[in-house]
Amino acid sequence: MRHAMSIEPTPTSIHRDAGQAVTRPSPYLEISDLWKSYGDFVALHDISLSIAKGEFVCFLGPSGCGKTTLLRAIAGLDLQSQGTILQDGRNISTLPASKRDYGIVFQSYALFPNLTIEQNIAFGLENTGRSKAEIAARVAELLETVGLSAQGKKYPAQLSGGQQQRIALARAIAISPGLLLLDEPLSALDAKVRVHLRHEIKALQRKLGVTTIMVTHDQEEALAMADRIVVMNHGVIEQVGSPTQIYRHPETLFVADFIGETNQFPAKVMSQGQVEIVHSAFSCSTQDFAAGDPATAVVRPVDIIPHGAGAHAVNSVDRPVTPQNLIDAEVQEMEFLGMFWRTRLTAPRLGDRTLIADFSVNAVRRLNIETGGVIQVEIPKERLLLFPRGA
Amino acid sequence: MTMSLAIDYAPLGKPLRQEASRDDLVKMGFMAVIGLYLIIALGAPLSIMLSKSFSTYRFDLAAFEFQVSDETGETWGAPVTADALNRELGSVTDSELATSSDGRLAATKFFKDFSFRSPVRYRIRGTTDDTAFLVGSALEKGTQWREYDSGTFRRVVLRPASSLGFDNFKTYFSTPALARSIYNSALMAAISTVVTISIAFALAYGLTRSCMPLKGLFRGILTIPILVPSLLPGIALVYLFGNQGVFKDWLMGYSIYGPIGIVIGSVFFTLPHAFLIILTALSVADARHYEAAASLKASKWRTFTTVTVPGARYGIVSAAFVVFTLVITDFGLPKVIGGQYGMLAVDIYKQVIGQQNFEMGAVVSVILLLPAILAFAVDRRMQRRQVALLSARAVPYAPKPNARLDGLCLAFCCLVSLFILGMITMCQIAAVVKFWPYDLTLTAKNFAFDLMDGGGWAAYGNSIKLALLTALFGSLVVFTGAYMVEKADGFRACRGVFHFLAMMPMAVPGMVLGLAYIFFFNNPSNPFHSIYGTMTILVLCTVTHFYTVAHLTALTALKQMDPEFESVAASLKQPFHRLFFRVTVPVCLPAILNIAIYLFVNAMTTVSAVVFLYSTNTKLASVAVLNMDDAGDIAPAAAMGMMIFYTNVAAKLIHALIARGLLTRTQAWR
Repeated sequence: MRHAMSIEPTPTSIHRDAGQAVTRPSPYLEISDLWKSYGDFVALHDISLSIAKGEFVCFLGPSGCGKTTLLRAIAGLDLQSQGTILQDGRNISTLPASKRDYGIVFQSYALFPNLTIEQNIAFGLENTGRSKAEIAARVAELLETVGLSAQGKKYPAQLSGGQQQRIALARAIAISPGLLLLDEPLSALDAKVRVHLRHEIKALQRKLGVTTIMVTHDQEEALAMADRIVVMNHGVIEQVGSPTQIYRHPETLFVADFIGETNQFPAKVMSQGQVEIVHSAFSCSTQDFAAGDPATAVVRPVDIIPHGAGAHAVNSVDRPVTPQNLIDAEVQEMEFLGMFWRTRLTAPRLGDRTLIADFSVNAVRRLNIETGGVIQVEIPKERLLLFPRGA
Repeated sequence: MTMSLAIDYAPLGKPLRQEASRDDLVKMGFMAVIGLYLIIALGAPLSIMLSKSFSTYRFDLAAFEFQVSDETGETWGAPVTADALNRELGSVTDSELATSSDGRLAATKFFKDFSFRSPVRYRIRGTTDDTAFLVGSALEKGTQWREYDSGTFRRVVLRPASSLGFDNFKTYFSTPALARSIYNSALMAAISTVVTISIAFALAYGLTRSCMPLKGLFRGILTIPILVPSLLPGIALVYLFGNQGVFKDWLMGYSIYGPIGIVIGSVFFTLPHAFLIILTALSVADARHYEAAASLKASKWRTFTTVTVPGARYGIVSAAFVVFTLVITDFGLPKVIGGQYGMLAVDIYKQVIGQQNFEMGAVVSVILLLPAILAFAVDRRMQRRQVALLSARAVPYAPKPNARLDGLCLAFCCLVSLFILGMITMCQIAAVVKFWPYDLTLTAKNFAFDLMDGGGWAAYGNSIKLALLTALFGSLVVFTGAYMVEKADGFRACRGVFHFLAMMPMAVPGMVLGLAYIFFFNNPSNPFHSIYGTMTILVLCTVTHFYTVAHLTALTALKQMDPEFESVAASLKQPFHRLFFRVTVPVCLPAILNIAIYLFVNAMTTVSAVVFLYSTNTKLASVAVLNMDDAGDIAPAAAMGMMIFYTNVAAKLIHALIARGLLTRTQAWR
């Protein structure tokens, strides 16, 4: 497949943390104290958020978390009950949609079926004092940008889903809006087209430098595309941060569980740097906790490191856990998922609870891990995360 | 920072309000106009009619006081009420006191030795401010004494006081001939429903589940009755089975004038409605259900009773209600063929046109509204459930050839087609021969409408004009209205009321609507009084009468449009009317054309609503059929009926041509 929109061939989503410390310019979009309620149901709880010019922000969360409601409030399509929204210093809180400055792309594309591709893109350009030639030139330029120059005379129904979504994108950016809103733009597409198109959208966004907000429930999409992710749940912002921050340093159990996968265990803080899981002590950072606090300990399957064969006397729980959090575990089940092996382990130290661990194909081969075997695994102490647990 | 502990309450303060854009103002304007239209054309007339049905008029004798002088005209006796005088004389009986809105009672009745030549003078006054009496044609009101000489007093008449109550209904139910109409109408509607639904189901089954040939042809023939007024089957039956009918003997001594004629005619004109609804219900069958039944080795009969019938259940119920309502509210057919058999819709006509008893007409209207509203309400509930039955993944059912079933279905379709074509052919023959069945030479004299009562060719011209105006104006109003209901955001309550008003005409029989229009528009103090007796009121009434089906058609088309089109247009700073004309209307054009032809055909054939509203300048072809038949000119009535039929066939053909032409030009994307 031709990468029509790839202006930069390699996505540069790695090491974006570096820029985080630098002071951001004054916000382009500033949302403060936003509430939205439908009768008794509160859809948005006191949302405050700043977005810098040129930033690509994703609203991420499960369905019903309020992310689309927030987007529609910004667009002026569903007015918030309370709260203000400033765009580029202008108070747009109560402006009708037509007086705000944004382009929008919906999951359903919403292309006008009776207009050709060219007419669709030109729709927002007409009636604005531009000459016919100007409009034609702009349409041609936009078609070029999304790589569909040859399709201008066709009708939307004659294009594939991915092509239609690119036309919808071209139509939205035709009027050079200050803000681009994407409401689950990729959800209706096939997995392969989706991955391809997300690179194109990201590249286009960077080329145009347009401030962009995308709503999605797909964490992979958010991690791959966003400069910053706003994780939402039950109408509340759980965490705002770069993809790596969100993934590596989730601030809440919800974020940890929603982004990536987790093993969760009830735990209790014993002393500084020591936590008790079931009946064994593990080392981990206990910042923000006091001795005796109940907690939930979380470790991701991919963070568990295999260390070769373990002691065969797996029943013995007398041996203390080493400072490296090494424990013995029996392999109950192995599932080959192509890129890695997903294993289900049981460890006496964890009271025989199931521990899911993902091991690389290499490691499995090298360490000769197989169902029924006993291995020693490490739960790296910097990857063992603690979250407060309700008393 | 963790925010999951946010407090669970909404802050105090007024909720924000969005600033209105120009679009919002325009939309609000449109909503107001169409809302006003529905209120003027439907809500207000119906509520006036309802209040009329509860209005009773009675002479309140205690409210009048008289004073009589001696022969010198100077010494006056004591004031005495009319009530007291009447108790002495007994000249007015209690039943004479109950009257209508036009009631008048001579004041002289209370004075036994009244002579208009005597020098005695009279004084009269009311005891309340509303008490009214007439002196000649001058209205006097109030508690002021007024004095008249005996010559003038002769012309004083008392006016009744109006009050609200159930008296009209009591009178109605204590009149056996009237009350019996309820039973008759319900019985006729029930029998016709059972017969029509059975036939319609068999036809629809044949067309969807067998491999019989000529399906398209049968489909066309079965919809013919929609194109003619319901009077026409009545006329055909008169010719076939009437006193001079060729097949009179088939009835074995029973008369076609009455229940038999009503049922046969009702089956004829309701069949296409039932057939189309059930056909749609059977068409959405899911082949997977049949495959499952076959794999479970279910017998044909078991498959029929457990898959086919339940699948079409809602369609059948819906069709049954439609047929029941059509029959119970139809006026044309029982008028022509009903003979002495009283039916509700005819009662309204007789009460209003025959006896000028508007209050009683209103009572019958209210009674007629009840079953129609009930049927309508149940049907709406049913249809809401029907939606859930359809699944996007259904596999269309394709019937397999089966010689016996196919033959049976073909035979049945032929039989029903013969019935329909026979009725039409009968009218066609009657229209062009001299005197059926005795002189069968061809003639055009039956088309010389100008020589008969009923309105002549001008009436035909008026009907065409009405149909065109209704189609044009109606599709405009209906589509714009439906757009507002479906696409305007905000005004939730407004849109709800609006939608309710749009759904109501379905439940309002034409007779009732027509009568309500008389009450509402024929009131000189109504600002719209000037449209009474004009083409405008006929168009208004016809559009309103057929509003619901057109509204639903428009709504269905609009619901298929992406709900985000409006959002996209707003984000592109394009006014909504640009979107409306460049996208919404072109995409919905097929539906708009369907609405137009539906309104045209119905405006050509309708009798019930307009029969109360036409004037000498606005006589209509369908009403002419009725009036010529009434006057005994049955052959010209048949001829006029056939003119309506030809016109509707031509309109259908033109519609098909236009639709095809427009579709290839504007719907290239399909």
